[in-house]
Order: sequence, then structure tokens, then C-alpha cells
Amino acid sequence: MNLNRGHMGRLLKSAIILLAIIPLVASVSIAGEAQPNEDPQIEQRMKALTEQLRCLVCQNETLADSRADLAEDLRREIRKEIKAGKSDPEIIAFLTQRYGDFILYNPPVKSTTYLLWFGPFVLLLAGIAMLYRYLRRRRELIKEEPLTAAERKQAEELLRSHV
Amino acid sequence: MNKLLFIPLALFLALVAFLLVGLNRNPSEVPSPLINRPAPHFLLPQLQDSKKTFSPQEMRGKVWLLNFWGTWCPACRDEHPRLIEYAKSGVVPIYGVDYKDDPATALELLDELGNPYVLNSFDVDGRVSIDYGVYGAPETFLIDRDGVIRFKQIGPITDEVWQKEILPRVKQLNQ
Repeated sequence: MNLNRGHMGRLLKSAIILLAIIPLVASVSIAGEAQPNEDPQIEQRMKALTEQLRCLVCQNETLADSRADLAEDLRREIRKEIKAGKSDPEIIAFLTQRYGDFILYNPPVKSTTYLLWFGPFVLLLAGIAMLYRYLRRRRELIKEEPLTAAERKQAEELLRSHV
Repeated sequence: MNKLLFIPLALFLALVAFLLVGLNRNPSEVPSPLINRPAPHFLLPQLQDSKKTFSPQEMRGKVWLLNFWGTWCPACRDEHPRLIEYAKSGVVPIYGVDYKDDPATALELLDELGNPYVLNSFDVDGRVSIDYGVYGAPETFLIDRDGVIRFKQIGPITDEVWQKEILPRVKQLNQ
């Protein structure tokens, strides 16, 4: 029990320290990122591009958002490529040749990703086919049989008595 | 009982199997598009003597390791003593690329902790490390006689990786 409390205390302490540090670290990295003397047109294109790209260091961030060192270097490279007159597909090819398709948030359509892209539609079609078959079979199960004269008479009597 | 009723169960089990495999994979290990491709060309000054240069082309005909590191990278320091051990075994020469680093600090570290590298190249702005798709230092490339990358280790080489991934490949490539 005692040991547990000591552990909790330490956890709490490190949590407090962490909370105190976060704003410091955040402000420092934002200050480091200022890019004042860049052409706004290039910046805009770079931003549009990097928003579709994954930062490999912190994989849930885009290259546009990431403060990782590598992301900063890659943004610098992309700026250079834009200035050199490269098109967007050329720049994306530059990156996938080095880092693979994983850098793209939008996986390209190719033989290894067919299942990913078309799998859901195949499942949907299979579901529709199964539903169609099931409904047809059910219709066959409840075949309409014409009433005999006696049954019709009985039915008419029943209907009349209830009016 | 309708056999069709088992289809959802089978699909569910297949999904569970996929998720289990996915959970046990390391998401930070991204397959490199460079495997089985020629190692990207570079010409960099050497760390020990900036007047001399190094290019992977000089290594044609040899099986060798190219290790990307920096003194700013704690995992590289973890790996360092093991690199020294592997270098001593003399199985495969280790060449280094010290990137985005201060050369004086790097030389100091090699002096202090020992130098596993045949030689180090110095990549000031990390441009060469981008060409090699390095994102998680240290990263190590195994390059064959024709200058083709055969294996890439992301993160420090462990004894397990050395024994199971690198040594067998070195042996095979040297045959």
C-alpha cells in the first residue's frame, strides 16, 4: 500500500512538471519555425502539398503541422523543388522514391492496394447479391395457391360477419 | 441450420486475425522503397579530414554497412558500443554518415567512446540522409558489391538483428 502511494506521488509530481514544461516547449518550437522572408505563393503551394503528406517521425501529423526536425528539412527541400520549377506530382515522386508510399496520407491505387480501395465495394456487391438471392427464395417459399370454391365461400362468410 | 449463417462469423474471425497481426507490428518501421535499389550517389567531405571526400562508388566490389548517426541522437549512443563490437569482429566494414551535427563534438565522441567506423562522411544539412530516406536515426544500410541496398535497419542494431538479419545476408552476399 505504502509502496503504491509513493508510486502515485511520483506520478503526480512528474505530471505536474510535465504540465509546467509543455507551454515552454511549445513556445520555443513555434519561435524556431518563423519563416518571414519566403514568397507567399511558394508557401501556399508548399502548405497545400505538405498537408497531404505524413511526417514519418510523428506519424499522426502532416508534414505541414509537424515541428520535427526532419519535417522542417523536408519543407525546405520542397521549397527548393518548387523554386526549381518542379510540378506537384514531381515533388511527390521525389518524396515517395525516398520514403515510400507511406508518406502519402492518400494511398495510391496500385496492385498492392486494390483490396484497400475496392474491397469495400466488393463486399457491398456481395451483400446485395446475397440479399437478392434470399428475397427470391423467400418468394418461392410462399407460393400463392388459388382458393377452392369452398374456401372462397368460407372466406366471404367470415368477412361478412365482421362488417 | 443454414450454412450461410456462418459467413458473418467467418468474416468476423478473419477481421480479428488481421487486427491481431496489425497490433503486433511496429508502425514506426516503414518499408523502404530503396531495398534492392542502387544506393543513392553522394560525395561528401570526410569527418576526420574535411579536405578528403567519400563516395559510395569507392566501395564497389565490397559488401559494407552505411550507418547514419549524430551526436544529437541518444539511440545512436546506445548503439555505439555494439557497433564497436561488430567492427572488431571484422565481418563487414562499417562506414558512417554523421549528419546535422557539429564535427568537433562528433570527433570528441569518437575519441572518447571509440571509433567503429572505417571512416565517416559529414553531411552538414542532412541532404544525403534525405536521399536515403532516413527518418529515425540511427539507420543502417547493408550494401552489396554492385552498390545495391539489400537491407535497412531503422533504429539501433540489436544483437538479434545482427545475428538474424545482417550476418546471414553478409555471408550470402560475400559468396
